[in-house]
Amino acid sequence: MSEHFYDVQPEPGVDLPEVFFEKKRSRRVSSEGEAPVSAKMPRRQFLKLSGIAGGGLVIAFSLGGSSKAMAGEASGKAFEPNSYIQIKPDGTIILMAYSPEGGQGVKTFLPMIMAEELEVKWEDVTIVQSGISKEKYGRQVAGGSGATPWAWNPIREAGATARTMLVAAAAKKLGVSEKDCVAADSKVTCRKKKKSFSYGELAEIAAGLPLPAKDSIKLKESKDYKILGKFIGGVDNLDIVTGNPLFGHDQKLPGMLYAVFVKCPSFRGKPKTANLDEIKKRSGVVDAFIVEGQGGPRQVSPGVAILAKDTYAAFEAEKALSVTWDKSEASTDSWSKFQEQAKELTAKPGTELDNSGDFDAAQASANKVVESYYSYPYVSHAPMEPENCTAWFRDGVMEMWIPSQAPQGIPGQVAGIAGIDVSKVKLHQLRIGGGFGRKLINDFACEVAAIAKQVDAPVQLVWTREADMAHDHYRVGGFHNLTGCIDDKGKFSGLRDRTVLFVDPDDKQGRPGAGGNVRASAVQCPDIPNVRFEGANVPHKVPTGWWRAPGACSLAWVFQSFIHEMAVAAKRDHLEFLLEQMGEPRWLGNKSAGAFNTERAIGVIKEAAKKGDWGKEKPKGQGRGLSFYFSHKGYFAMVAEVTVKGPNVKVDRVVSVGDVGMLLNISGGNNQVEGSIIDAMSVMAAQEITFEDGAVREGNFDSYPLLRMSALPKIECHWLTTEYDPTGLGEPAFPPVTAAITNAIFDATGERIRKMPISKDGFRIV
Amino acid sequence: MASVTLNVNGVDHTIDDIDPSTPLLWALRDHLGLVGTKFSCGKGECGSCTVLVGGAPLTSCLVSVDLMEGEEITTIEGIAGKDGTLHPVQEAWIEHDVPQCGYCQAGQIMTAVALLNNNPKPSEEEIKVGMSDVLCRCGTYKRIFEAVQTAAKKGGAS
Repeated sequence: MSEHFYDVQPEPGVDLPEVFFEKKRSRRVSSEGEAPVSAKMPRRQFLKLSGIAGGGLVIAFSLGGSSKAMAGEASGKAFEPNSYIQIKPDGTIILMAYSPEGGQGVKTFLPMIMAEELEVKWEDVTIVQSGISKEKYGRQVAGGSGATPWAWNPIREAGATARTMLVAAAAKKLGVSEKDCVAADSKVTCRKKKKSFSYGELAEIAAGLPLPAKDSIKLKESKDYKILGKFIGGVDNLDIVTGNPLFGHDQKLPGMLYAVFVKCPSFRGKPKTANLDEIKKRSGVVDAFIVEGQGGPRQVSPGVAILAKDTYAAFEAEKALSVTWDKSEASTDSWSKFQEQAKELTAKPGTELDNSGDFDAAQASANKVVESYYSYPYVSHAPMEPENCTAWFRDGVMEMWIPSQAPQGIPGQVAGIAGIDVSKVKLHQLRIGGGFGRKLINDFACEVAAIAKQVDAPVQLVWTREADMAHDHYRVGGFHNLTGCIDDKGKFSGLRDRTVLFVDPDDKQGRPGAGGNVRASAVQCPDIPNVRFEGANVPHKVPTGWWRAPGACSLAWVFQSFIHEMAVAAKRDHLEFLLEQMGEPRWLGNKSAGAFNTERAIGVIKEAAKKGDWGKEKPKGQGRGLSFYFSHKGYFAMVAEVTVKGPNVKVDRVVSVGDVGMLLNISGGNNQVEGSIIDAMSVMAAQEITFEDGAVREGNFDSYPLLRMSALPKIECHWLTTEYDPTGLGEPAFPPVTAAITNAIFDATGERIRKMPISKDGFRIV
Repeated sequence: MASVTLNVNGVDHTIDDIDPSTPLLWALRDHLGLVGTKFSCGKGECGSCTVLVGGAPLTSCLVSVDLMEGEEITTIEGIAGKDGTLHPVQEAWIEHDVPQCGYCQAGQIMTAVALLNNNPKPSEEEIKVGMSDVLCRCGTYKRIFEAVQTAAKKGGAS
């Protein structure tokens, strides 16, 4: 296969919304308002109880206190060499957790990087959730597994700069050379004078020193790490296990109203009329009105807002709401029709997407030709915390408490929606109760801003689970008519994929939506000589978005299954066949950190085979499957073992081997792998979003089930430590899981699963 | 509208002017400010809102507040000691670094507390079945399983 296919382009899903790359430097939102949240110090909570008109109580938690609240009483100037680190004369060491936390562990591991270079003891640091500011903090996005690669150099440098200045401060204080002073364990020691100063004691002097030249900053060597690479628990764990307010939905403000926002079941429908008078008369309801909408499904869809004194009253009012919808521009998309249409379109040639060698010639001379049709449905993100956001519009300022994966895009959007200057949007970021890409799209924040603009009180919007499932930005479904060729030497000589590309109506260039692009590089078999990819566009109005490892999360299953099919057709061992596809150890395409390095692929595949007992005998009814995928800069190979009895698939064991350079936090890293395996099992078992007449039919976890603990397999996480810079883990462990399991089911039963979820073939995961 | 008195974590709270059909979940969150108990599905499917009523686990989104008068209700905010000493289940959760996003963990912990109170030495199978009522989208089941085992060893039924 032509290696230029592997040139690094923005990966599907890493091509984040344009707002992230906004060049405009008009005045950004003030980022004051950092909420003090720490593993060490108890959270500051302000619980206010006061009467309101109409009786009842108002509860207010200030989850986003002003930065003055944490300024402390100590006198003297704090040492603040950059936006990430603050050391006060009283010894308080504050590290800013600036990237949104939704379970990926960034709130812990980014401060770990700072602490490592700063040479402080982990138990000495206070972690503070930062406000939102691109200027101050750089990339504040929980997406594309990008926090680690982005942070690795600047954050280490931030820590090392502060450490260098503290050493210089000690040297100055003692009148010795900086070479005689060593920083360790939150203090600087001068062996010559046998004196030690805590960082707090050095803060004022350090604050008066000039920033050192960048080339004078020495980063630590990994062999000297004391924090990175260790098992460090999440900094919010104490709050989580004791139920302290922490998440977006935990925000309470005095006199806060509770809102629901009801949209047309068919995408892009609009409310014409509604029984608003009747709704407003209901007990507990304060107001109800139609919102016209602005900016499409990614901002504010047209709908009906209901505001009430508590969430229950709002939910009950929604049940009594009767709306006449204008469906003239609404979606009429039908999943059953898409399935028929895809079958027809992929049976004939499509537009060329990628072409290398001569597939037709390979087919003509093939010893064996395998034809397979793979399909997978749209799926929903279904984070446990439904979409929610709190906003308070007063004195021309929109103040918002947001659990968003992409908060930096909000000020611009909200300014447009509320008709205010971007400087009048004030954000506090709160913990996200699961995102998986759903909360990269800020429709929920835009909606509450549109509602709060019209109301003289703080408003908390929460979506019901049914609203979440009906108005997601889904992972797109897909269809692949594959033809593979084995030549007379038993080699994988040709591959053709005829696929469909779902095109979003808002994309003027007619490109597939987020995660919907299909290119030959997704095969990850650089040594197939003849490859042809063809696609047919299908317009749809179902909103799609970035779903954990976009593209890779579904394509890995298709191609890693088909590679196994080809190995079986060639009567060759899957491991040996898969390794052959990697060819010589080398970089593919333009050598860069994000490019595919076959040596690293070979490394994890071989190690997974070893750890996963590849080739070892197993009893009848049991199967073992292998899979590999490279995504989001991470390399993962997995071996799954299953026992199949009739329709029941018991996943006995999943062995994972990953290479992300160096693992920054053993606990956090393993957590992402363990979670990815469970998540993938959940999706493959029975998850499917279907729609007819442009409306989703699944409504809650009864029709869209998540895996339960009863299905928990034995999970083993192994890591190869390589010389490369560390990369992210929110996504890359997910893609290879599904094929490892379906390949194992084939091994156990001889039955090839080509349709997701596996419930379609009558299987269930037990 | 009615006045309802709830005993939550050993303290009586009177809520005036509440619809008596309001689910316990919303009374706790919106009227008492106890937001540790989480909303996720609203129909008893996911277990995020699990609290203890008379020691037994109950999805608080399903039971109306008028039926809860006179009951002993325990929420995630009420399982640590008055002096802040963590419950063995909470300690085990921290030791194993169970949470990813953390949103479902209150429901998981309350279910584990009830499980161990009822069965101080559960088998592996009993843990898996007993904890299957609570969903976790992040997939922390391996850690939950191990944490329940640890809590059981340390006398989690205390």
